[in-house]
Amino acid sequence: MLKFDHVSKIYKKGKRAVDDLTFEIEQGEFIVLIGPSGCGKTTTMKMINRLIEPTEGNIYLNGENILDIDPVKLRRKIGYVIQQIGLFPHMTIEQNISLVPRLLKWPEEKRRERAKSLLTLVDMTPDFLDRFPFELSGGQQQRIGVLRALAADQPLILMDEPFGALDPITRDSLQSEFKKLQQKLGKTIVFVTHDMDEALKLADRIAIMKEGRLIQFDTPDEILRNPANTFVEEFIGKERLAQARPHIQTVDQIMNQAPVAVNGDVSLTDAIKIMKNRRVDTLLVIDEERKLEGYIDVENIDINRKKAKVVSEIVQRDIYAVKTGTLVRDTIRKFLNKGIKYVPVVDDEHHLVGIVTRANLVDVVYDSIWGEGNGVENGVHS
Amino acid sequence: METLREVLYYYSENGWYVWDQFFRQFLMSAYGVLFAAIVGIPIGIFIAHHNRLSPWVLSLANIIQTIPSLAMLAVLMLVMGLGPNTVVFSLFLYSLLPIIKNTYTGIRNVDHALLESGKGMGMTKFQVLRMVELPLSLSVIMAGLRTALIITIGVATIGTFIGAGGLGDIILRGTNASNGTAIILAGAIPTALMAIIADFLMGWLEKKLVPGRKKKKAWGTSAEKIV
Ligand SMILES: Nc1ncnc2c1ncn2[C@@H]1O[C@H](COP(=O)(O)OP(=O)(O)OP(=O)(O)O)[C@@H](O)[C@H]1O
Ligand SMILES: [Mg+2]
Repeated sequence: MLKFDHVSKIYKKGKRAVDDLTFEIEQGEFIVLIGPSGCGKTTTMKMINRLIEPTEGNIYLNGENILDIDPVKLRRKIGYVIQQIGLFPHMTIEQNISLVPRLLKWPEEKRRERAKSLLTLVDMTPDFLDRFPFELSGGQQQRIGVLRALAADQPLILMDEPFGALDPITRDSLQSEFKKLQQKLGKTIVFVTHDMDEALKLADRIAIMKEGRLIQFDTPDEILRNPANTFVEEFIGKERLAQARPHIQTVDQIMNQAPVAVNGDVSLTDAIKIMKNRRVDTLLVIDEERKLEGYIDVENIDINRKKAKVVSEIVQRDIYAVKTGTLVRDTIRKFLNKGIKYVPVVDDEHHLVGIVTRANLVDVVYDSIWGEGNGVENGVHS
Repeated sequence: METLREVLYYYSENGWYVWDQFFRQFLMSAYGVLFAAIVGIPIGIFIAHHNRLSPWVLSLANIIQTIPSLAMLAVLMLVMGLGPNTVVFSLFLYSLLPIIKNTYTGIRNVDHALLESGKGMGMTKFQVLRMVELPLSLSVIMAGLRTALIITIGVATIGTFIGAGGLGDIILRGTNASNGTAIILAGAIPTALMAIIADFLMGWLEKKLVPGRKKKKAWGTSAEKIV
């Protein structure tokens, strides 16, 4: 749909506002450009509708180089919402909404119909049509600003911080509303913001920029899970990463790395002593190479005390273990589903590397609610 | 009281004559402003779009404005001769500054975001001018025309010195008469009246032309009373 091919914008004095951008956007994608102030988001966006011409490189819209398209025609095919809404104060809401259709010379009837039906999209009544922008609340104005960009059914819409100047509650509801609208209408959207929450909420993919360069271009999940570098991490913010932890952490990060384990040839007497000392009711059983064999617990030592002497005789081998790198999110699900109390963690060769207990999960949940740092100590085996 | 009666007597005797001069003076002013609008508004728009030129053009118009009206008439008379055309031309010159300056200010003051919004939605340059810049600066431009008209109505009075006629004729006659207070007033009162009426009419016209005028506060240009 839209393709940037080594695009740069160099202002006078050699300032590279946008530096060698290359990326591609698919039909129907919601792309959010984000980055610190002055990193070139607006410049990038304005190059798409030729309000700014690239110094180097090419931009293709549906395979066609936009430099070959008449800018006026190009802009009428691309919806545009500017940062400051930019409703025309001397025009009624209807005239504002149907501006591009008017430029495209749609008949009057059709324009009015279109404006009406658009209003219902955002739960506003047709009696708004004859009002002037100043008679609307900020939130309503921003809705109209968005509708105006949809009016001629443009497949691609550019939005520069369209929800910037709103209170958090209104912004939140407008975001949800808009996301639904976008999915319903199947528009391709390029959306600029500096609000990470907004980006995470709306985007199919987020493009993180810094000093004119594209640092990471990925889905919100992937960015949270694998920030490309410390800049991205910082930009996402510790808080959000922490919040995202239950979803993105792997078991390696939360497991207890010194699980209580014994070899098969340890005597039951010794085993019970270890249990007593470490205050656990279960011991993992490993072989000489630390490969996980199974477990013994206090009940089955008790039952088999008379018959057996060493651990290997009574080891239970039907043990459920997870591989390193498994997401905590998935592990939590299994804890809940299977009602188990702990899960050993093994590597690819089945070597025991750790254990995740319910206590560890409590820590994770605790951290995500109360923040990092005041964590409960690990290692209380139940 | 005596004087007032004399003034009324003058009107009853010379009613048509006064009316003729009144109308004549009004036409001279109106033509002057009209031509200045035809020339000045495009200039104002042009320098608003090419801001580098604005200091030059504005200071030129300023200089014209500072020439004393009698001197201006005298110089123009040397070139154009006697008669109303010379007066209209000098009124034209006087009107240029308020018209150019207000047009320039009005257009410059249109919110940049709106221009970008219009351009970004696919308006041509001309459409931006017609659909955004002019409507939004209309009230300021109108204020310029209003100022120009009032200035010219005053200045037109001295057109009598170069034989252009107008209410100045009556005033001049009064000053020449031995006891001419009443005659002077008979010329001065309609002049003042004309200025007031013109001001009122221009205000009314502005209200008519600017859509949703009561909304002006919402997007009001701070530049309304520039001149
Ligand atoms: N006309 C210009 N001439 C010179 N430099 C410019 C011009 N326009 C923008 N820049 C510079 O280019 C860089 C990128 O600007 P841009 O407007 O794209 O930033 P942005 O990412 O949108 O920032 P913000 O979040 O503050 O809106 C900035 O450093 C800015 O100073
Ligand atoms: Mg910006």
